[in-house]
Amino acid sequence: MQTLEITKENTSASKEPVTITGSQAVLEAFIAEGVKTVFGYPGGAIMPIYDALYDYTDKLDHILVRHEQGAIHAAQGFARSSGKTGIVFATSGPGATNLVTGLADAMIDSTPLVCITGQVFAHLLGTDAFQETDVINITTPVTKWNYQITDANEIPHVLAKAFYIAKTGRPGPVLIDITKNAQLQKIEYTGYEKCNHIRSYRPKPIVRKEYIEQAAQLINEAQKPFVIFGQGVILGRAEKEFKAFIEKGGFPAAWTILGMSAIDTDHPLAVGMLGMHGNYAPNVLTNECDVLIAVGMRFDDRVTGRLDKYAKQAKIIHLDIDPSEIDKNVKTTVPVWGDCKETLPQLMQLIQPKDHSAWLQEFRALEAKEVEAVIQEELNPISEVMTMGEVIKTLNDLTNGEAIIVTDVGQHQMVACRYAKFNQSKSNITSGGLGTMGFALPAAIGAKYGAPNRTVVAVIGDGGFQMTLQELGTIMQFDVPVKIIILNNQFLGMVRQWQQLFHDKRYSFVNITSPDFVQVAKGYHIDGQSISKREQLKDALQTMLNHAGSYLLEVMVGKENNVFPMVPQGCSVSEIRLK
Amino acid sequence: MKQEFTITVYTENQVGLLNRIAIMFSRRKINIESLNVSPSEAEGIHRFTIVINEFEDVVRKLCRQIEKQVEVLKAYYNTNEEIVWQELALYKVPTDQIAEKVKVERLLRKYGARAVVIRKDYTVFETTGQREETEALINALAPYGLIEFVRSARVAIIKSSNGFHEKLKEFEEREPGEEVIENEFLDKQQEVFSM
Ligand SMILES: Cc1ncc(C[n+]2csc(CCOP(=O)(O)OP(=O)(O)O)c2C)c(N)n1
Repeated sequence: MQTLEITKENTSASKEPVTITGSQAVLEAFIAEGVKTVFGYPGGAIMPIYDALYDYTDKLDHILVRHEQGAIHAAQGFARSSGKTGIVFATSGPGATNLVTGLADAMIDSTPLVCITGQVFAHLLGTDAFQETDVINITTPVTKWNYQITDANEIPHVLAKAFYIAKTGRPGPVLIDITKNAQLQKIEYTGYEKCNHIRSYRPKPIVRKEYIEQAAQLINEAQKPFVIFGQGVILGRAEKEFKAFIEKGGFPAAWTILGMSAIDTDHPLAVGMLGMHGNYAPNVLTNECDVLIAVGMRFDDRVTGRLDKYAKQAKIIHLDIDPSEIDKNVKTTVPVWGDCKETLPQLMQLIQPKDHSAWLQEFRALEAKEVEAVIQEELNPISEVMTMGEVIKTLNDLTNGEAIIVTDVGQHQMVACRYAKFNQSKSNITSGGLGTMGFALPAAIGAKYGAPNRTVVAVIGDGGFQMTLQELGTIMQFDVPVKIIILNNQFLGMVRQWQQLFHDKRYSFVNITSPDFVQVAKGYHIDGQSISKREQLKDALQTMLNHAGSYLLEVMVGKENNVFPMVPQGCSVSEIRLK
Repeated sequence: MKQEFTITVYTENQVGLLNRIAIMFSRRKINIESLNVSPSEAEGIHRFTIVINEFEDVVRKLCRQIEKQVEVLKAYYNTNEEIVWQELALYKVPTDQIAEKVKVERLLRKYGARAVVIRKDYTVFETTGQREETEALINALAPYGLIEFVRSARVAIIKSSNGFHEKLKEFEEREPGEEVIENEFLDKQQEVFSM
């Protein structure tokens, strides 16, 4: 078979038709959409596409993962570090069901993905054919959109729709299931036309001037305005607009875990992270501000704590692209619907420049309290065993906040997000809404493909690493230079912490043993070492960062350290505990 | 307080959409009391009529989530006072019984029923009305050997609606008018914005 030389000439419809297969039409769509990297795993029902791919390897990089969950997390990491759409290939049946966790993760964290699954021949649908599963119905609740193609003539316009839906408005994962007959079918191809309108789909609501005016009025009269922001700022590519907005108004600003890195962590107005294990000041002062300005965030319960005691004293302005988020959890005083790339500058025009330094000082005072009670000991411990915090701090010192940090889920995630320094957007990649253990290693692989010039460091727990460690094979085969830090506390730490605090220290199945991680890495020809002494830390991290390829560094940390502060479940944000 | 709401959803005519909408209810453990799907007044657009018992706040959020689905154009919710609604019911009774008993005929006239099929062995009657009305006829027919009974889902007309033709035109525009995304905040401006 030959590669089609039709990409350039036939990118717009109504050219001389060329006969191609459905599989080729899929790959042509990718090229027309600017796709370079695909994460996938082959199998029976997607073999025609893989066969076509054989002739496209000069145009498309296919990364063969070790498990389809790895493929989709890698695509998520790619999307998060690049701002582009992540692409996944998987076969029918088990290949497709292995994507479900990643779809759910991408759905809740608004990550744009286009996943292609193979499906049995159309005439076998519903017959319990080999490797047939009802992928469309399994994935409906965890996709922004999904569609099954049984006729190859649909491929160009359905894929155009898929790319458009995944990336526009509030982004999300799209799954296209293509039966094998459609992949093999020959069609008269007249080129690819990008989609830019679907009549039943409004990616963003129209900005209402009256809201902007009402919001500006509230803001201008505020004594204690407080900005809280989420990933919407990053997804909307509105980092500059956001920074200008808070600087003009002099607003203290706190991020959600997914909003982190949208502004520099050291920005003079930055007051830290919100939420259960966020910083003390922004949690406490949420209940003392008079106007709360929420930008591109969705008031997740991990951020709000107990809702009936959340910011009750404040007027609430909510900027969001998704109208269904307004009033979903927190009653809004002024809803500013729209893309924050448009609404922020409009709002900025109407606000008066202000200096709220006395109010900002209240944050700094509480911050000092947190430093004294928690941070000092976490970053400069007097204990003999190492803390997770000092590992992150030393890493900051060596990378100057320039690395992308990909975290898994658990204590190490909270500690990394609490202490990491960032001076570039799209640097904090973590599974926020779903909290998927096993996310970090494959996501780091994808993040590296998405941002090849940046250092990518995965920070993972000893538990989570064992969920997807097979992706070391992908790192080996494709020479992906990701750095891996395992913070080993020999426990499923976060669950252990809860058992200690809320279940009378009844440690029920949180004691997890690990293989010799360095040996495991060696088995994959990945260099590494394990350290347990503070004196080794800086050198070990430097060695890891200097190493030409991938590197695994295991750091033995305190077994029963806890992450504080903490808003216990069911408590108000102002009841945040320092210990 | 929970009360009966009728949700009207205008959608594209697409395989799988029924499931996409149905799971939004089951996910929240909301029972669908009645569901009707059929072509609407606008060509190519389908209309779902869904009846649930819920708090208004829940219904409002649910409608926003439904409307967010790619192939959904619009979702409305209304109380029973805001709609005109009917259900269709079919009753199968033994023909000999009704032929013999004049009372039955009177009953049927009283309930506005009409014979759809009359055979030697059975007769099928039809009525349209609200739940209580169709229910009442069942009770009345029971002594005469009601063989089979079936009731359709609710269909409802929104009293204040101007239909979907104009809306659809707006949706087809690339730059829609502001009205496409209606806004209860604006309508209730005084209530939501006070300083
Ligand atoms: C797939 C999955 N299973 C279970 C959990 C529940 N869970 C949350 S944190 C955690 C412990 C993680 O332990 P480890 O990876 O060692 O990290 P640590 O908390 O010790 O830093 C568990 C089991 C989860 N988040 N994801």
